[in-house]
Amino acid sequence: MSTTGTGVTTPTPGAGGAARAGRMPDLLYNETETELRAAVRALLDDRAGWRDVLARTETPETYDAGLWRVLAADVGCAGLLIPEGHGGAGASYREAAVVAEEAGRAVAPVPYLGSAVVATAALLAVGDDQLLTALADGTTTVALAVPFTEAPGTSPRPTVRLGAPGAIPEAGGGYRLSGTVADLADALPADVLLVPADGVPYGLYAVRAADAGVSLVPVVSLDMTRQLADLTLDDVSGRRVAAGATAQRAVAAALAAGAGVLASELLGTAERCLEITVAYLKERRQFARPVGSFQALKHRVADLWVGVTQARAAARYAAACLATEDPDAPVAVALAKAACSDIAVRAAQECVQLHGGIGFTWEHPAHLYLKRAKSASIGFGTADRHRASLAGLVNLPS
Amino acid sequence: MLNDTGLSGTALTADDLRGQVREFLAGHDPAATGRLDFLRARFDAGLAWVHYPPGLGGQGLSRALQPAVDAEFAAAGAPNNSPERNGIGLGMAAPTILAYGNDEQQKRWLRPLWTGEEIWCQLFSEPGAGSDLAGLATRAVRDEEHGRWVVTGQKVWTSSAHLARWALLVARTDPDVPKHQGLTYFACDMTADGVEVRPLRQITGEAEFNEVFLTDVAIPDADRIGAVGEGWKVANATLMSERVAIGGGAVPREGGMIGSAARTWRQRPELRTPGLHDRMLRLWADAEVARLAGVRLRQQLAAGKPGPEGSGAKLVFARLNQEISEFEVELVGSGGLRYDDWTMRRPEGANFYGRDPGYRYLRARGNSIEGGTSEILRNIVAERVLGLPPEIRVDTGVPWKDLPR
Repeated sequence: MSTTGTGVTTPTPGAGGAARAGRMPDLLYNETETELRAAVRALLDDRAGWRDVLARTETPETYDAGLWRVLAADVGCAGLLIPEGHGGAGASYREAAVVAEEAGRAVAPVPYLGSAVVATAALLAVGDDQLLTALADGTTTVALAVPFTEAPGTSPRPTVRLGAPGAIPEAGGGYRLSGTVADLADALPADVLLVPADGVPYGLYAVRAADAGVSLVPVVSLDMTRQLADLTLDDVSGRRVAAGATAQRAVAAALAAGAGVLASELLGTAERCLEITVAYLKERRQFARPVGSFQALKHRVADLWVGVTQARAAARYAAACLATEDPDAPVAVALAKAACSDIAVRAAQECVQLHGGIGFTWEHPAHLYLKRAKSASIGFGTADRHRASLAGLVNLPS
Repeated sequence: MLNDTGLSGTALTADDLRGQVREFLAGHDPAATGRLDFLRARFDAGLAWVHYPPGLGGQGLSRALQPAVDAEFAAAGAPNNSPERNGIGLGMAAPTILAYGNDEQQKRWLRPLWTGEEIWCQLFSEPGAGSDLAGLATRAVRDEEHGRWVVTGQKVWTSSAHLARWALLVARTDPDVPKHQGLTYFACDMTADGVEVRPLRQITGEAEFNEVFLTDVAIPDADRIGAVGEGWKVANATLMSERVAIGGGAVPREGGMIGSAARTWRQRPELRTPGLHDRMLRLWADAEVARLAGVRLRQQLAAGKPGPEGSGAKLVFARLNQEISEFEVELVGSGGLRYDDWTMRRPEGANFYGRDPGYRYLRARGNSIEGGTSEILRNIVAERVLGLPPEIRVDTGVPWKDLPR
């Protein structure tokens, strides 16, 4: 039968830019992105097999510094978003998202998201030449000191304060900072922390992680492939990177980039879970037949596949909107983070269930994917929080 | 999806085609030319569907260039071919004829199909063959002497049968071989003797569909599409086109079922509850993501890389239509207790998004049944896309006539 489109074309809420003009960005992967993916996958296949990743979670060094150096400097992933003038690749969120997909597939223990995406986005927003150049060559790792649970569109009061109201900067432009921030992601391997701090002025301050008075305490985390840390600053020196509204915009940009690119990471994890589950259903035999021939199981993985294809469109749209600073980016990021969080958690849960007993063991990678997916689904805002943000963005009030 | 690779040897751009349209319009003033004459001339100029081959209404170009042509004609106030009246013809018959019809059939059928002079319908499902289409029982017996086939059987769920000049028909030509091997594909002249069309009233009160009774209907062998015994292969090409047609239309944000729900939400704050708000946001997000997936699917088609995602689009489309319409009936409260009209009517086509919430709710129940049930589509995704082993079958190695019925 035919679909007799009623084709009602009223104004499209929340659709700025591309969506409103009816021009949709390219949601496919271009050749450059495909080549970048191949390079990253080859490296991670070689250096981040799941047994290595699992073993590392039980060592004191849960982040793989050696792997991160190669990925950041040799493959050039640290400087993807950084303009060529600062020594970066001058690429965009489209490429950054492809790298995140691969990191999600491998549940790679590297601070790519925190340093090359979140902290970089903040520094790009304020144009901090010094740190951008240091980030681009892959020698310096930076983390934004906000809780991993922070969602875009929220503006919480920082829990770090300047030494005294109206404190005069010390010689050399330094400020004194004190306070705590809980649940930082990708901060353990960071050389520099970007700390939002309250006081006069409210601002974003760069703190050297190795300085006296800086304490980063590792947290026993649900996801030990991205181990969290609690930060305490006890009267430490910070360089002001931005103040006032500029600093707030930088944090907002960082959270939007973080949520948008984390969506692609979740997509990668979901896809990996689907792949290994399908492979197992073909190989595992019970009742003298492959269990994948049972319709009850087939339909579940078919639904997962559909969910992954849907989420991929949302993730690509978010990356494209971030890349062009499209006015529709807040909607795109909310859609992508919601869709990818849901499908990744579902895929990882199904991965455990459809593997049966082996899926519940420490010896199988399913638990790594489940923990990474569940943790990342909460990171930078849960699916529910992102859907709630649509209420304001597309005018569907409570 | 067939012949829709978008690959072409030439490098004509949308601007080139707009130029062609303007040139065509200079020679065929829409205001001064009869509608059918205009449409036939447009077909002959290769501006009907540019991705079709030269001589058959196209120029062998990428399908992605077609919207520019349509827009240019629309801007000039030219008549169109009322595609909504011939959805099966344009969406399913045409790609099937292009892929499997011979030259003579393509020349004979495609032009009046495109202009809308000849409406097409589809005689596939039977009372005893729904999901198990390959088990169908309508018999076509060869009459060698007269170079024709004689067809007898009953078909069902035939939209537009009462308007159609032609039907795509699958019939059993050999009951002595396993069921998939004994089928042959035909075009059936709906005006032939022995074709009887009866309306089939559905849960909405109206009758979009028909039952079609075929009694000793003579079909010339020249109207057979594809080889004898090849009917299953040809039918699958038609069905894949159908699923793309049902699940893959281009719509703007809030252009589908979600649009009326969102408008009601905005206009009637007194209806809102926290639970409904959560559902509203979930459905809006899912609908918008599905729309983006449709955009991505069409980009893949235009780039000449059709992916298997089309199989999933229809699943999502059906689920969302059902959930959104169910939500809307609850949202409107007492309005959900009323129904606009139970009168038996014959609409020209399906209108998933029209009328009242109650109508949309009931009509959406069909979305997961028509064009392949959601259960069958999941099997297709699992087996053809993910490569999972088939269900153990008891019916594929046995002659059709020996199957238990």
